[in-house]
Amino acid sequence: MATVMPKKKRSLLQGNEAIALGALAAGCRFFAGYPITPASEISEVLSAQMPQVGGTFIQMEDEIASMGAIIGASIAGVKSMTATSGPGFSLMQENIGYACITETPCVVVNVMRGGGSTGLPTCPGQGDVMQARWGTHGDNPIIVLAVSTVTDCFDITVRAFNLSEKYRIPVVLLSDEVVSHTRETVIFPSPQDIEIVDRITPSVPPEWYVPYENNSTGIPDMAAFGAGYRYHITGLVHDERGFPTQHPEEIKIFTNRLFRKLAQGLHEIQIVKTFMMNDADVAVIAYGSVTRSAQRAVVDARSKGTKAGLLQLITLFPFPERLVDKVLKQCKRVLVPEMNMGQIYREVQRVNQGKTDVKKYNRIDGQFITPDEILGELLLEE
Amino acid sequence: MPKEITKLIHKYLRHDKKFPHVWCPGCGNGVILGSLIRAIDRLGLTKDEIVLASGIGCSGRMPVYVDFNTLHTTHGRALTFATGIKLAKPSLTVITVMGDGDATAIGGNHFIHAARRNVNLTAIIINNQIYGMTGGQFSPTTPYGSHAATAPYGHIEHAFSIAELAVTAGAAFVGRGTVYHVQILDKLIKAAVLKRGFSVVEIISNCHIQFGRRNEMGNPVTMMEWMRDNSVTVEKAEKMPSEDLEDKFTIGILADEEKPIYTEEYDKIRERAGD
Amino acid sequence: MTGKKKRPAVRPEKGTQRNIPGKPSEKQSERAKKRYSHTVFKDWCKKCGICSSFCPKNVIGQDEHGGPVFERPEDCIGCRFCELHCPDFAITVQELGPDTVGDV
Repeated sequence: MATVMPKKKRSLLQGNEAIALGALAAGCRFFAGYPITPASEISEVLSAQMPQVGGTFIQMEDEIASMGAIIGASIAGVKSMTATSGPGFSLMQENIGYACITETPCVVVNVMRGGGSTGLPTCPGQGDVMQARWGTHGDNPIIVLAVSTVTDCFDITVRAFNLSEKYRIPVVLLSDEVVSHTRETVIFPSPQDIEIVDRITPSVPPEWYVPYENNSTGIPDMAAFGAGYRYHITGLVHDERGFPTQHPEEIKIFTNRLFRKLAQGLHEIQIVKTFMMNDADVAVIAYGSVTRSAQRAVVDARSKGTKAGLLQLITLFPFPERLVDKVLKQCKRVLVPEMNMGQIYREVQRVNQGKTDVKKYNRIDGQFITPDEILGELLLEE
Repeated sequence: MPKEITKLIHKYLRHDKKFPHVWCPGCGNGVILGSLIRAIDRLGLTKDEIVLASGIGCSGRMPVYVDFNTLHTTHGRALTFATGIKLAKPSLTVITVMGDGDATAIGGNHFIHAARRNVNLTAIIINNQIYGMTGGQFSPTTPYGSHAATAPYGHIEHAFSIAELAVTAGAAFVGRGTVYHVQILDKLIKAAVLKRGFSVVEIISNCHIQFGRRNEMGNPVTMMEWMRDNSVTVEKAEKMPSEDLEDKFTIGILADEEKPIYTEEYDKIRERAGD
Repeated sequence: MTGKKKRPAVRPEKGTQRNIPGKPSEKQSERAKKRYSHTVFKDWCKKCGICSSFCPKNVIGQDEHGGPVFERPEDCIGCRFCELHCPDFAITVQELGPDTVGDV
């Protein structure tokens, strides 16, 4: 699928708009969604732009249906996406698990709001981090990415599709109310600079096709329905041919392969950005909109003589352990500010194992963490 | 009437799957699978252009046995997956097969909205009035006063009529058949698949194991006799006084309307948007 | 489905005539009598009893396990009720050509 780029080279955009444009650039041609604050703009943009590029937009009756529809579209060979916020994300969990087990590529955007349940629909939050990883039942791997700027919204959405297609896995793209509703100027890359990855489709004759083959990469070729490769797709644990199995040996091979395919690609799946980390002895590990404040706080800390640096996690899961470990070994103090009670903090501590001093800083009042708050934490023990 | 019914069916079965199939002796699901295959064969559709999607339950096991593009989705959600497939690739003939609990309890919302939206899909709903696979709990079509694993003292809720629900929700084609009236069923499924628009075939089927056993109809024969004795064709029913129809259900075509199809309407949207 | 008539859980009596869809009319049966051969795929048959219970000409009996036995194939009228209603695709009814000799 050829990329469709925005007509202008640069635009003043809201994060949600950039996510929609990123999806189109990545080759997404099917979107199903259900209205929800603060994610609705993604639906609105795509309802206008999808038909312009020959794609399909549909507003379904709920988020469960939206998730089902995008899996269906992907099975028919079309890159697909849905977008929602916390309550809708909860409803999608069962079908997200179906996409994991059936290895159906798709992108699920969750624009995080504050609080649990209906929570704080117009406020930012980061409470869905662990849900993104563990929300569906069973023990499936999944890729979770987080964006922090409007430019990220465009670029990382393209990356989300690429990873999803390559590894045949649903990718959860976490935004939050601040990123999605902030307007910033985005300078789009030129089309030739954008890497677009499409799933590998089988080239063997249909009678040779093994839809869930346990091959060396762990990623079987994916035939679209109607392409002449008739096979069975099921949410039941299945053998290499796609038929349900209860055979312990086959179950083991299947489940191990789901993990193996990601383990082999960690070098490109785990994306982080560093800022002033070269000589840092104090670091902030942040993701999502909090990164924006952290970046400013690091600059301010440096002006006050503290050698601060920032590690921005774009990939939250599979958790970039080795990259985090490097920072933990380098710094005498590490701060993990989050708009939750410390979800990534626990992951950092799991890697840390007492190596260095890791502190958390949390806000759960629906308010954004400011640079001054982070700066204050950074300078606390100077 | 084709000369070789069973031979024809074998042409469409996946013989690398374990047969005999998973369903209980005498289960209507097998009869319905046969009927579906005959309808598809008569329509001259190729195996490659058929998608058969199911939800969860006994009916959910149907796709695995036939050599089409087959999809066994989550409970109640077959129509949502089917919608995505059909919109992404409108050239495919997409058929869903669901049970009564699957389609009208957990999937009830998707069912009425699919009917309203009018995507060109076929929904085959096997109504055996019970949750069979999970052990005989009452479903939205379990009759008032009957017994189920979760209604040991008699059922106090009132049953949905699936076909009438579909008509009210706006389905373009609605038919009702039974596993006893197989030839009518063949025609209904054929007409439903052929129909341009959202089509529904409700099939009264027998779960003599979970429903029948608890309600004095413990074998497939008595349940099929019940279907024979309590059904009236739509044509006959029109000429009958309403008091004679009180305990009966009608079979045949209940609705057949022409209305704009979603995919065609969406093509117009693409033109308007300047694709 | 509305209402439910309770019926005793007994097998119907043999020999009861039933209104079978697709049953040949009188006219047809006056013509040269057609003959049929019947095959039961025993590995797939689950002995549900539908075929033997509903056969309008009582062609099908049951063996000691309840499986179908085509006891009087010469009486078969080729209505194919058994073939159409077999949930396990285990019955094949084949019309024999006029040249076929011997017992069916």
